Amino acid sequence: MEEQVAAYVARDQKPVLPPPPSEHGPLAIVRKNLFATPVDAVLTTVLLLFSLWAAWNIIQWALVTAVFVGGDRVACVTEEGAPVGACWAFVGAKLGQFTYGLYPMGERWRVDLAVVLLVALAVPLAIPRVPYKRLNALLLIAVYPFVALVLLTGGGFQISGGWIAFLFILAAFISATLARANVTAPALLLRTATIMALLAVAVLLVANILSSGRVTFLVFRFSVLSGVSCLFALASIGASTLAAVRAGAPRATGPAHILLPPAFVVGLLIVLAGDFGLRPVPTNLWGGLLVTLVVALTGIAASLPLGILLALARRSHMPAVRLVSIIFIEFWRGVPLITVLFMSAFMIPLFLPEGVSFNQLLRALIGVALFSAAYMAEVVRGGLQAIPKGQYEGAMALGLGYWQMMRLIVMPQAIKLVIPGIVNTFIGLFKDTSLVYIIGLADLLGTVRRGFADPNWITPTTAATGLVFAAFVYWLFCFGMSRYSIFVERRLQTGYSR
Amino acid sequence: MTADTHSLSAPHERVSLMRDPRTRSLIIQIVMIIAILAFASWLVNNTMRNLAQANIASGFGFLSSRAGFDIGQVPIDYTSNASYGRALLVGITNTLIVAGSGIALATIVGFIIGVGRLSRNYLVRGLSTIYVEIFRNIPPLLVILFWYFGVLAVLPGPREAYELPFSSFLSNRGLQTPAAHFDPLAVLTLIAFAVGVAASIVLARVNRARQMATGERRPVLWPILGLIIALPLAVFALSGFPVTFQIPEATRFNLVGGWQVKPEFLALFLALSFYTASFIAEIVRAGILSVSAGQTEASYALGLKRGQALRLVIVPQAFRVIIPPLTSQYLNLTKNSSLGLAVGYPELVAIGSTVLNQTGQSVEVVAIWMVVYLGLSVAVAGFMNWFNARMALVER
Repeated sequence: MEEQVAAYVARDQKPVLPPPPSEHGPLAIVRKNLFATPVDAVLTTVLLLFSLWAAWNIIQWALVTAVFVGGDRVACVTEEGAPVGACWAFVGAKLGQFTYGLYPMGERWRVDLAVVLLVALAVPLAIPRVPYKRLNALLLIAVYPFVALVLLTGGGFQISGGWIAFLFILAAFISATLARANVTAPALLLRTATIMALLAVAVLLVANILSSGRVTFLVFRFSVLSGVSCLFALASIGASTLAAVRAGAPRATGPAHILLPPAFVVGLLIVLAGDFGLRPVPTNLWGGLLVTLVVALTGIAASLPLGILLALARRSHMPAVRLVSIIFIEFWRGVPLITVLFMSAFMIPLFLPEGVSFNQLLRALIGVALFSAAYMAEVVRGGLQAIPKGQYEGAMALGLGYWQMMRLIVMPQAIKLVIPGIVNTFIGLFKDTSLVYIIGLADLLGTVRRGFADPNWITPTTAATGLVFAAFVYWLFCFGMSRYSIFVERRLQTGYSR
Repeated sequence: MTADTHSLSAPHERVSLMRDPRTRSLIIQIVMIIAILAFASWLVNNTMRNLAQANIASGFGFLSSRAGFDIGQVPIDYTSNASYGRALLVGITNTLIVAGSGIALATIVGFIIGVGRLSRNYLVRGLSTIYVEIFRNIPPLLVILFWYFGVLAVLPGPREAYELPFSSFLSNRGLQTPAAHFDPLAVLTLIAFAVGVAASIVLARVNRARQMATGERRPVLWPILGLIIALPLAVFALSGFPVTFQIPEATRFNLVGGWQVKPEFLALFLALSFYTASFIAEIVRAGILSVSAGQTEASYALGLKRGQALRLVIVPQAFRVIIPPLTSQYLNLTKNSSLGLAVGYPELVAIGSTVLNQTGQSVEVVAIWMVVYLGLSVAVAGFMNWFNARMALVER
């Protein structure tokens, strides 16, 4: 049956009309985003005029009236009355100092090589798609610092017997732990390994208190007792290896695994004590961006593990451990970094026994590392608190021990939660490295500061130019870090967010 | 239940003591405490010996001996004949002055920029973002040096000083503004102001009680403004404007008279405020964003106007998120005021380092620093915690 429809009703759908011109197109966008209300319009006009004025002045200063070439201050001082902009010639002339400080010209390739190695190791680690993450991280964390140390200082360190014994004892303990992973390993050999390692510790402690005769082995000078301690450690490693060889069929770790830690120690000793024909460069010649990066990277590398340990201690069930951690954290967080640096500069020499002295850079490094560890601890603690109790209980129900629970269940989730906070701490640390200039180290800001006090370059704009340059370098690093953290955050998002 | 578990448990097996959680934690704690005590006594031993070798007597006796150095900015009485203790007190006062004024400016700028970051106006949003991203990523020390060496030091001398409104002058000697000298009669104005504040508090309470009882809303803003501003002004006028201004004048070499703000203070104050403001802006933005859009919609649905919705619903909730991080920013600013050392602003650390260099009492001076800063931290944190508790959500 045909429906009766009045003639004035449309038979089919009419075409959609375009929106009115006030609602789309560039004009509408401008109106909505810039002139929505009268107040907005006034604000926009004022700010637009201000931005144009600021941009015009900045361009005038940085480009139009700036001086780009010149050998000394004469270039940057023009005739009376004419405005002078930035003195980029100053930055150009001092660029070497801003980067390397007083590092000898002929040796600067070593710094370059250290940076290239760092980039070559760190960039693949930062890009998610590149394979071999584990090996890469191991190289970056365990091998690179020592290579860089030798490259920058020239190496050839005098390592005392006590330190060698200490390193071998560490290796012995790690080997013993690895050997124990084999269920079928002979218990007697395992126990021997542990006892030998403990004996080595005891002898080393005694060696630090009693003095004994001297023995020289290759280039290393041992006291008799530390030599004995070293032998015990080696014996312990031997027992562990033997245990691994004797272990039955289902082997978690083979003898080769067990020998890795001692091999690493041997390699370390060769790298540190070996003579590679590099000219020694004392740290007081280091300067500029080099010092800034050394302080920042050491601080970053030291503060994360220390901070995690402190955070765990603060959430520990043992009251004494918790109390110590709270006191430590709150103390460092309550005082300005500058007093910490003063403290490390003036008080560490008082704390040390006679004949031992740390150089200025190392003292500053200790101060910065402890300071940032306290901040890091609070960030990590925030993450730990956010993990629901069920995760801990679940881990315990699976039979995991404390460290396994933390390493496998809790920390990965907690760290993921606080990545923005961690990177913020890194950025803060990077900015705070500029404070070392106050205690006399020549970091980037320090060299710039010394640069514009140079009588050859004193002009009204030198200071501003140098500081703008330094600000740009700092900004580049910090902004880069913050962008990378946003990237990581997005990548690790596993779909819990609403 | 107890009997049950007992009957199920295996016969006693000899287990290593380290396997028992309670014993193990006890052993660990004891070992840790012994290690810390041993380390501490080793440090103290070394320090004692080193101090004895350097012939430095430890103790705080040096605080009462004559300082013998001058200080550029002295808010309280001080001459070079005063004691070291007095010098350090001047330093503490200067720290408080720069921290207090810095916190005030940083909060104002930070809130403006933070709200600007959320503006619908593209230009406002863009400029606020640029501000935040620039200042957050530059070391504060660099900003201080920039203001001091890059801007203030290269201003023209006092004779060619820039003239600002209200007969103020800006030169490389700092900012010179007219100084106000109040006559004794001005006390009346102060009393009127106090009365106005007290009366407006009472008025607000009465009005609120009235609204609770009857639902009637009475105007609050205008009466309070009248009480706080108009009343003191009226008293001020009636008592015959008891104030004289001393206006700075340019003489041959210098600007004389008026109230001088030194460039060191100006550089530190501006740098710290602008730097911290960028962090406060982000905190404010996060706070406002944390209040869900449903709250705004619900308050409109209840018939609240835009201003009322902001004042009664959005801001109180945002404040809860804002206050804790804001506290730590205030503390950071206070601690960063120690950077005044780099431009010679005589705050606690700068004066302390002078004292340290003159007397060699490094342990004592560092201890004083630590105590003062820890004390300031505790005080600010305590106040903000109180404020936070007042603002906190009261749940069942």
